[in-house]
This record gives sequence, C-alpha cells and structure tokens, in this order.
Amino acid sequence: MADKLTFNLVSPEKEVYSGEVDQVIVPGTEGEFGVLPNHAPFMSTLLPGMLVIKNGGEERRIFVQGGFADVTPAGLTVLAELAIPAEELKGEVLSAQKAAANDQLQKADTPEASLAARRAVDTLAAH
Amino acid sequence: MPSLKDLKNRIGSVRSTQKITKAMQMVAAAKLRRAEEAAVAARPYAERMEGVVANLSASVAGNPGAPKLLAGTGSDDTHLLIVATSDKGLCGGFNSSIVRLAREAIVRLQGEGKTVKIVTVGKKGRDQLKRLYGGLLVRHIDTMDIKRVAYADAKGIADTVLEMFDAGEFDVAHLFYGRYKSVISQVPTAQQIIPAEAPEATQTPDLKGAMYEYEPDEEEILKVLLPRYVGVQIFRAMLENAASEQGARMSAMDNATRNAGEMIDKLNLQYNRARQAQITKELIEIISGAEAL
Repeated sequence: MADKLTFNLVSPEKEVYSGEVDQVIVPGTEGEFGVLPNHAPFMSTLLPGMLVIKNGGEERRIFVQGGFADVTPAGLTVLAELAIPAEELKGEVLSAQKAAANDQLQKADTPEASLAARRAVDTLAAH
Repeated sequence: MPSLKDLKNRIGSVRSTQKITKAMQMVAAAKLRRAEEAAVAARPYAERMEGVVANLSASVAGNPGAPKLLAGTGSDDTHLLIVATSDKGLCGGFNSSIVRLAREAIVRLQGEGKTVKIVTVGKKGRDQLKRLYGGLLVRHIDTMDIKRVAYADAKGIADTVLEMFDAGEFDVAHLFYGRYKSVISQVPTAQQIIPAEAPEATQTPDLKGAMYEYEPDEEEILKVLLPRYVGVQIFRAMLENAASEQGARMSAMDNATRNAGEMIDKLNLQYNRARQAQITKELIEIISGAEAL
C-alpha cells in the first residue's frame, strides 16, 4: 500500500497534527470508522473518544471531543474542540477533564448530550 | 520664569514618565508577539470551519428545515450588538474607534426603527457605551481575569449569546472588534454572525465526481456545527482584539516615549538658558560691586 492519507487534526487553538499517515480511526457519532487513503467523500460528527493514528506500524492516540471529521479526496480533516494527545492525558490534565466530563453528564438534558458525556467519562476512565 | 529647581524637578518627572512609557511599550511588544502567534495558530481551524459551513449551507440553502442560525428567524426587528473591546486603556484610539463604529450602527439601526440590544465584552467598551446607551446594555461579559484567550472563554460567550437567541431575545447579531492588520494599523470591524452569513465557498474540494456522504445527515451536522461556528467567530474576534490591543498600545507608548524625549530636550534647553542667565547676573553684580569701590 504505497498510498498515504493526508491527515490534519486541528483544534481552535492550534494545529495538533498534520502529516501523511496510513490510517486513522475516528470516533464518529454513529460508530467508529477507519479512514484509509482514497476514502470516499464523507462527513461525520464526533463523539468524545480516542482517535487513533496508524503510521508505519506505530500508533498515536489522541483524545478528541466535540467536532467533526471531513473526508475529501484531498485527505482527512478532523476539527475538534478539544484534542489532547494520550501521553499528555495524565495527572492534573486528566483529572480536570474527568471533572468536566462528569459535570457535563450531570447537566446533559438531551439523550445526545448525555450519550456524548457518558462516552467522555468512559473513555477517560479507561485511560 | 520658573526657577532652576522647578525646572530640574520637571525634567526629573518627565524622565520618569518616559521610563514608564518605554517599559509599557516593551511589555506590549512582547505580548503582541504572543498574541500574534495565537491568532495565527487559530487560523487553520477557522478557515476549515468556514469552508465546511460554506459547503453545507450551500446544500441546505432554501430548505424549509434549514436551521434558524443559518436562515434567520424570519424578521430583523431586534439587533444584538456584541462589542468586544479591551479591559485596559492607554492604547491610543483602539477602544474608541470600535465604540464609534458600534455607535454609528446603533444610530443607523434606531433610525430604521429597530430595537437594539448591546452585549459588551471587555470593560472599556462598557464604560464608553454606558453613558449614552446605558438602557440598551443587556449584558456584560467580564474578561478581566483572562490572561490568555482560550477557546473555552469564547465558547462561554457564544453559549450566552446562543441562549439569548434560543429565547428569542434578538433576530440578528453583529460582532464588533478590532481586526489586526499590522502594528500600526488596526481596523475596527463589524461582522454579522447570526444568521451566519455563509462565507464565500473559497475552496470547494474537488470531489472527482463522487457524492458526499453525511453521517448522521446534513441537517444534524449543521445543528452541531453552527453553534460552534459562532464560537469560532467570537474566538477569532477575541484573538484579533488581543493582538490589536497590544499593537495599538505599542504604537501609543512609542509616541508617548518620543514626546517625552522632545519635552526633556526642550526643558533642558530652558534649564541651561536659565542657568547661564543666572551666572551672567552674578558676574555683573560682582563686577559692578568692584567698580563701585
């Protein structure tokens, strides 16, 4: 598989990841989906969860929350409100995120919101 | 004619003022660099967001089910002006020019018989608008303790605005801020954010004949997307504002430092003249005293 997928992960504050990769697994609203090179044009909203970047046998995991993924022939772009690499997700950052997720779960007033919040809580707890 | 001592004191005080303005200029320069970096780092997100919104809005435009944030409420009787300014002064005409632009808009809208409501972000804007339009101020968002603008801050403001929109408190929202062009030029800008003015589709991706698939569907995505879009616009305005504020302060303080320098030169000249006059006077007194003997 010579083809590579151009992948950009941007949060409002900065570009988190940009480069050529083999595959990206995105936590979509209607289930996780993997994006390989030459994927059909596709757009989906995100659920909080781990986004996995696979490149040359290596894996990078990034916690994303709130946003959407946009696949075009030019590549995959994920716009996430929050994107924290898994290796930075520990100690204070992790507990702050956990608190925020629990808070959202308390306040969630629609099934969608509570589902998203539950996913965030679960992902963070598993981490 | 001020005495020598008076002049000396004045030179001293101007000199210490100059030191302060110089320090402020340097602080502003350092902050400006950081603010500029933040504004540049935020650009990709905003640009992509605009591209996606342009794309999607083109595909749902005209649908009866199009979200209100995009299509509007159907009337434009009540306008909300979000005026973003800085919290601190001493930055030249930066705040005044934003407020002036907002004031012109208020006069124009009121002339057309619309209802105007104002939300201020940042202290200076509120201070200046309170005097004339105190009755129109519906809310103030304090940004005093924000050191570095984070997206969460902008999101908080966006949530407030969206809540008001959902409650039917206004039909159209405009955002006023200072767009950062360069250190010497900051342009006060007004932008309509609700209903979202679909940005020009600048970079429609070439799909090579394939169909876009949406999950869950276009309208669901737009429902999630549009509130974020408002947040991003506000975030961008705040970042631009932060950079503009520092830029304006830097040039204002540069001017002040230069003026203080000129003032010191002038006072020095006056001081030397006075000193010489005094010496001459003393000499004349001694000589005429000696002659009288």
